[in-house]
Amino acid sequence: MEIFVSIIIGVLTMSAVYMILSKSLLRIIIGTGLLSHAAHLLVLTMGGLKTGAAPVLVDGVTEYTDPLPQALVLTAIVISFGVTAFFLVLAYRAYQELNTDNIEEMKGTESND
Amino acid sequence: MINLPIFPIVIPALAAIILLFAPKQIRLQRGVALGALLVTFAMTVLLIFTVSQDGILTVNLGNWPAPFGITLVSDMLSALLVATATLIVFFIVWFATHYFSDAYESNYVYVAMLFLLVGVNGAFTTGDIFNLFVFFEVFLISSYVLIVLGGKGVQLRESIKYLLVNVIASALFVMAVALLYGTVGTLSLADLAQKIPLVENQSVIVVIGVLFVIVFGLKGALVPLHYWLPGSYVVAPTPILAMFGALLTKVGVYSILRTYTLLFDGGAFMQNFLISLAVLTIVIGMIGAIAYNDVKLIIIYNIMIAVGVILYGIALDTQTSLEGALYYLIHDMLIKAALFMLVGMMIGITKSGQLRDMGGLITRFPLFGWTFFIAALSLAGIPPLSGFFGKLLIVQGGVAEGSLFGPLLILLSSLFVLFSVIKIFLYGFWGEEKRAYDGPLVPHMKKLIVPTFLLVAVAVAYGFGAEAMHPFITQAIEPLVQPEIYIDAVIKE
Amino acid sequence: MNRKNDQVNDVILQTAAVIIFFIIIVFSINLFFAGHYSPGGGFIGGLMTAAALVLLLLAFDSKTLANVLPFDYRKMTALGLAIAMLTSLHSIFWDRPFLTHAYDKFDLPLLGEQTLHTAIAFDLGVYLVVIGVTMTIIQTIGESE
Repeated sequence: MEIFVSIIIGVLTMSAVYMILSKSLLRIIIGTGLLSHAAHLLVLTMGGLKTGAAPVLVDGVTEYTDPLPQALVLTAIVISFGVTAFFLVLAYRAYQELNTDNIEEMKGTESND
Repeated sequence: MINLPIFPIVIPALAAIILLFAPKQIRLQRGVALGALLVTFAMTVLLIFTVSQDGILTVNLGNWPAPFGITLVSDMLSALLVATATLIVFFIVWFATHYFSDAYESNYVYVAMLFLLVGVNGAFTTGDIFNLFVFFEVFLISSYVLIVLGGKGVQLRESIKYLLVNVIASALFVMAVALLYGTVGTLSLADLAQKIPLVENQSVIVVIGVLFVIVFGLKGALVPLHYWLPGSYVVAPTPILAMFGALLTKVGVYSILRTYTLLFDGGAFMQNFLISLAVLTIVIGMIGAIAYNDVKLIIIYNIMIAVGVILYGIALDTQTSLEGALYYLIHDMLIKAALFMLVGMMIGITKSGQLRDMGGLITRFPLFGWTFFIAALSLAGIPPLSGFFGKLLIVQGGVAEGSLFGPLLILLSSLFVLFSVIKIFLYGFWGEEKRAYDGPLVPHMKKLIVPTFLLVAVAVAYGFGAEAMHPFITQAIEPLVQPEIYIDAVIKE
Repeated sequence: MNRKNDQVNDVILQTAAVIIFFIIIVFSINLFFAGHYSPGGGFIGGLMTAAALVLLLLAFDSKTLANVLPFDYRKMTALGLAIAMLTSLHSIFWDRPFLTHAYDKFDLPLLGEQTLHTAIAFDLGVYLVVIGVTMTIIQTIGESE
């Protein structure tokens, strides 16, 4: 199971890198989304994949899943949810302001004060 | 008062939450933000003295015992950095109250600044590597808000790059944490420090260590990962640039300091890796600092030199060099904030960032000119100003390790720093006024100079008081040189 | 959204949305309280509630929604943060570490004996923050069109 998930993580990362390297801003955002999915899956996998009960509450549970990766993953998902939403709004505003979603046309280092 | 270490995190957060309710009442915003920062600073001073007497303070959040729950650890290192960060944000907010227009201020700008401080203080205090990630995100999201506020085209364009780099860095951070958890099975820094030497396959640890250096290096702008820094920092308005330059890169450096000394100092590879990164960073920073004529860019490239110098001190990993690195870290936070405020004022007066459009500022604003001069000398490390002792200790540490190239490069970089800032002084302040200066900041100069002058005064006092600071610095370095102190303080058997 | 001009016939969507809205809200409240001991909680419940609001937003338009539910979602976020922060701060006054939660058994009318945690107040804060943030994001994108 771990091997299978590892391959999925690899495919996700691969697609993410491909998407991030493209020119369209929206594709880049989708790429960052895929990349964070890969990271979250990796956290779950590193905790060990197995089925079992929740480890708290009842005494005498022997088959239980590791709760820590789940807590970590939830936190990471919430954060990437917020950041992705922010990124989308930013991309939309930038599109309105700059009239382009092509990252090639967004070069330059002049300051704005 | 077992909760003392959390006050520097909670007080700004509470103030920010209060301010969220009333975004349009600007006087209230300013008052609450400044008041909360003063109270926080008082708390951090109390924290420093408590730590200096009782040793390392820990709080187990939610009362979960140490290796299982999240622990906040206030040792002297984090207490000193938290105090410095709070003081800097206080002065920057003070500066910002006079710098920003009212319309700008009603866009939650102080809320974002306070949350940024929450994240930075949290990152300095936490003793858990995943919690470090969470606090990184707290200050990163605040920094996203701050960098896009205003919404001009250039700003949005550069924010996208800044955001993209940091989103990727965050994903790498999560991956690094996952790999670490899979290999060692714990995330508490103290517990990790105990268990990492027991891992059989040490090369895995080296790989994870390198991954962490990449993550923190992206934040701290180490050389192959610095490409985003000049572009995105240069578009931010002055107070925000001062905050970023003084705090954000330094959090990255602090994280390398903490994780390297505690977790990844096992082999020669990591040391050589960090030293080569440091050398590269210094060299590229030097080239950038003398190549540009834009005052903001000159100071931004000076950040990289400083980061490189500190990283060199960290990489050597000896008592002397670490003391020097910490000395220099605090100095650089103070003086970079002041310098960014000063160059921001120059731009605000002349309406141009280019040196060729400036000149003769000192005849109209003598106090401003001399403040800049002192700050510039301090940055270059002219004794007895604050930059000197840190560099001296790092150079001593390098020589004691039998290496000459690094120390010589650091001394050479001082010359480049001196050249770059004196260039600003000569072209900007000396000479004739190029034209009648009518920038938007001219009427506010008397108010703006006060926080800037005070911040430079603090930095100068830090230099003159180096002897008085020494016991604190030594105490801060102890747990880095002997991780057992840190481990014992966190995991009380 | 030029829906009004285009005279799109949304009768089915609008009628269904009103009913489904309440089902989703009830389910989200169920999820929120389920977080007491089993999977669920403030984040999931909040997202579900936000989804219900988005459904209304899709079926009608933002003005209608603002008329029916006149909330300032930014203030709601702030309120949620304040609740969460204050509940985590309460432990400081008892000289316990930050975020320590307190609980006790209470005999409640109708529900019988239940344990009440301060964690539920924290979760309420999370719930409000999630609704507030999600709706703020969606409104920011939606209103500018």
